Amino acid sequence: MRPLSTGCLVRNDWICGEYVRSRRSELQDALTQHITLTVLAVLIGLALAIPLAIAARRLRLSQVLLGAATIVYTVPSVALFSLLIPFTSISATTVLIGLVLYSLTVLVRNVLAGLDAVPDDVREAARGMGMGPMRLMLRVELPLAVPTIMAGVRIATVSTVALTTVGGIIGFGGLGNLIFGGLNSEFRSQVLTASVLCVALALVADVALLGVQRVITPWQRGAVR
Amino acid sequence: MAAGSSPVSVSLPGPAMSAFGDVIAWLTDPENWQGRAGIPARTWEHLVLSGVSLALVCALALPLALWLGHIGKGGALAVNVTNIGRAVPVFAVLILLAIGPLGLGVRATIVALILFGLPPVLTNAYVGMREVDRDTVEAARGMGMTGWQMLRRVELPLAVPLILTGVRLAAVQIVATATLGAFVLGGGLGRFINSGFARQDQAELVGGAVLVATLALLVEGSFELLQRRLDPVRRAGRLSQRRV
Repeated sequence: MRPLSTGCLVRNDWICGEYVRSRRSELQDALTQHITLTVLAVLIGLALAIPLAIAARRLRLSQVLLGAATIVYTVPSVALFSLLIPFTSISATTVLIGLVLYSLTVLVRNVLAGLDAVPDDVREAARGMGMGPMRLMLRVELPLAVPTIMAGVRIATVSTVALTTVGGIIGFGGLGNLIFGGLNSEFRSQVLTASVLCVALALVADVALLGVQRVITPWQRGAVR
Repeated sequence: MAAGSSPVSVSLPGPAMSAFGDVIAWLTDPENWQGRAGIPARTWEHLVLSGVSLALVCALALPLALWLGHIGKGGALAVNVTNIGRAVPVFAVLILLAIGPLGLGVRATIVALILFGLPPVLTNAYVGMREVDRDTVEAARGMGMTGWQMLRRVELPLAVPLILTGVRLAAVQIVATATLGAFVLGGGLGRFINSGFARQDQAELVGGAVLVATLALLVEGSFELLQRRLDPVRRAGRLSQRRV
């Protein structure tokens, strides 16, 4: 990790073009791992959150589910990752499971809120049109909940991008690997570059998801903040 | 980094079960409960770090948010700090501070604790003030209350639930960030997790994680209780129920 060439790397500057040029592939690998972990965590989280929320509503266990989500959310990320290590060892799986659990806590909340906000009149009308519970959920309730669910997806994605850095402690944190790796050697340009990339990734993801939201909810255009 | 190069254990359910026994043994070993690096000392460190930071956060954020909420300005700022706080990784800021001017240790930790404790308090207190029913505020004005009286006797009591939610969220965030602070030698219970990784001692690692999780849940639980006790509207409701 010790810089060998002259210039800003030797001076250990915060901003160093030479660092970006010479470690381009390292940065790309870290960014790829970061994006992969985030996308998987949010997608798996969403795939679990929707059926969980629907089941909890049906069984009248929404409060229990929200309580469980609060408990998971309260456990600090380093502790959660550490608690998983006896089961999944030091691996990308450990980080991924932790991230899925955190994204779940956000998503479950928003899926429940979105479904709760569907007006009863609309449900009655759909039933009056002869819709069964399955069609009612797929054709009416879930589509109406999409804006709230998408708001949750945006929050979960932005938080997950930030949280993935903590995975650097166990060596599977995307840009977090470079951030944590730069701590002992006080490698300033590496830590700053990786941190800035991480914030940029969060902002790009947020804007991209806002675009997705506009495309899939045409009736909401103009109303979305 | 040594982390990641060699696994602490293999990923079979068997070792997980024996790991459970090791963790219990670590947690109940009297030696771990003694001295300046023992469990009680580290818990105290964690609580003091978090408590001091939370107090500073409230002292900084509450007056500003209440005033902005009262005059109805700066809403974009109050709401956007939460969005920014979410996008900026705590871990990265902590390490940037530690390899920057503040150096490894408690100072970098406290600055990070305050930075990430501010957003929930600012946003929730501001939103709490703005969500007070405008008709109620107008009625108070009509009764001839001054701006200060309206703030003190109408808006503030009605905003208390959300203000306390903000303080609770900040407390949970601060306790979690303090855990990460141990990786820049900031002290607290995270030290056991840090040392567990460094020495590849799984019992210490998981034992430390159990302690951290327990502390965080206790903090969340006590704030939840406090919130129920302190909500003036709910208290008034309880009193009137008792009278009936």
